[in-house]
Amino acid sequence: MPNIRLKNINNFICHDIDLNIRDKEFLVLWGATGTGKTTLLNIIAGLVEYEGSVLFDGIPVDKFPVYKRKVGYLFQSLVLFPHLNVRTNIAYGLRVQGKPESEVELRVNELLKLMGIKHLAGRFPKDLSGGEKQRVALARATAPSSEIMLLDEPLNSLDLHTAGYLRTEIHRLHRKLSVTTVYVTHCFEEAFTLADRVAVLNNGRIVRIGCPEDIFEEINCRAIAEDGFYDCHQGNKNSAAQIKLKDSGVLCHLGGDR
Amino acid sequence: MKKIKAVYSLVPVLVFLLIWEIVVRLELVPGHFFFPPFSVVIQEFYHLTANGVLIDHFLSSLLRVLIGLSAGSIAGIVVGILMGYEEKIHKVAHPIFSLFYPIPALGWLPILMLWFGIGEILPIMIVFVCSFFPVLYNTVTGIKGINKNFVKAARSLGASEWKVLTTIVIPLALPNIFTGLRLEAGMAWRVIIAAEMVAIPTGIGALLMKAESLLRVDIIIVCLIVLAVMCLTFERFFLYIEHKLTHKWRQNAQY
Repeated sequence: MPNIRLKNINNFICHDIDLNIRDKEFLVLWGATGTGKTTLLNIIAGLVEYEGSVLFDGIPVDKFPVYKRKVGYLFQSLVLFPHLNVRTNIAYGLRVQGKPESEVELRVNELLKLMGIKHLAGRFPKDLSGGEKQRVALARATAPSSEIMLLDEPLNSLDLHTAGYLRTEIHRLHRKLSVTTVYVTHCFEEAFTLADRVAVLNNGRIVRIGCPEDIFEEINCRAIAEDGFYDCHQGNKNSAAQIKLKDSGVLCHLGGDR
Repeated sequence: MKKIKAVYSLVPVLVFLLIWEIVVRLELVPGHFFFPPFSVVIQEFYHLTANGVLIDHFLSSLLRVLIGLSAGSIAGIVVGILMGYEEKIHKVAHPIFSLFYPIPALGWLPILMLWFGIGEILPIMIVFVCSFFPVLYNTVTGIKGINKNFVKAARSLGASEWKVLTTIVIPLALPNIFTGLRLEAGMAWRVIIAAEMVAIPTGIGALLMKAESLLRVDIIIVCLIVLAVMCLTFERFFLYIEHKLTHKWRQNAQY
């Protein structure tokens, strides 16, 4: 699995990004809404323009079109193709890459089983619940056996129970597939439980990076409403939490109102 | 349940025909020479079908509609896809087509008569123009309306631009494309009749004009019924195809 190196990346949102993501690492990009987390994922995937250089295993991929970068990307809004059923959604990446049909079938069946969605294979996205859609989207992003996985707040719109279950699934999947994974979230709990390392973003810059224990130890958490902080999956939109990093003076707002 | 609904929708039509027959037979409308009863129209329909006159004229019109509609629709879809998907082409072509789009199809008749003369090409060109612009417009609208994240997702899964176009963009634009096709399929029959009435000696429009000169109101009504049935049939055909292709995945698919 490749490591990812971002060298002096700049664009209209991200500034002076220098980041080295290790082989098979689970890196969480953590920060409030609008701090450039998704943009950074889009830069790695090649979906937005930027200055600087992105290297996979030391090879610059800046000139590569998106389809040649071969990253698995789970979008925040999931974007399951509405005209394809679950099976064909998952098989999409494999088919467009010209994999033999026998291999496609084998891989899709394997993922349907792994995600526990075999019974949904013939359904269309409009007939799926939020949690089912998340699992299908995760299976689709994983299907082409990409060496890099980019996950953009995959548990954002789920209830607490489903989010907890899927968090365990993602953790299990990462251990099983051993892919280099970049995971975006504004949820402290997700970052803490999933990450090998956490990179904290604010105003388009990486302001801290380290293992979750170190990062969150230095956080001076001043919860305005603690519910908004700890129960970020309960959709408590009216509460907010402020998290202040010691020394840096950076203030991140979590939860709903800012 | 669908069959019962279809039968129910026929009831008002049957009642209308019955009232027509009774009103004319009882001479409740003045000048019944110009308003034959429905049974006489049916007799004439049978007569014109049996002697082959109606079929000949109908086939002439049908062929022109099929050629003009197919050519216009294919051209409209192809140009529409290019304009909808490639922003540069859209920027150049959109202002030009925006000027032409509001011109009614029959407005082109005089200039097409001068360019192509009075012959088989003329009605086909009229149907072509009639179907090209609306199908183009609907195709562009359909493609532009697709959530850009679908395209991003397809690209990130390894799809080339061609694959994105053929497997994501065009299928998702199908409902809009079919709306254009459905509307123009009926419209094609309306304009072909007008073109045939003005310039061509064969076709349903020509038969209408002959019947008018012979004061044969029954033949005129037969032609109008054929026209109405064909407009409806073409529209329903495209609605059926659209339903077959998209009803499984569309949120509010109706048929």
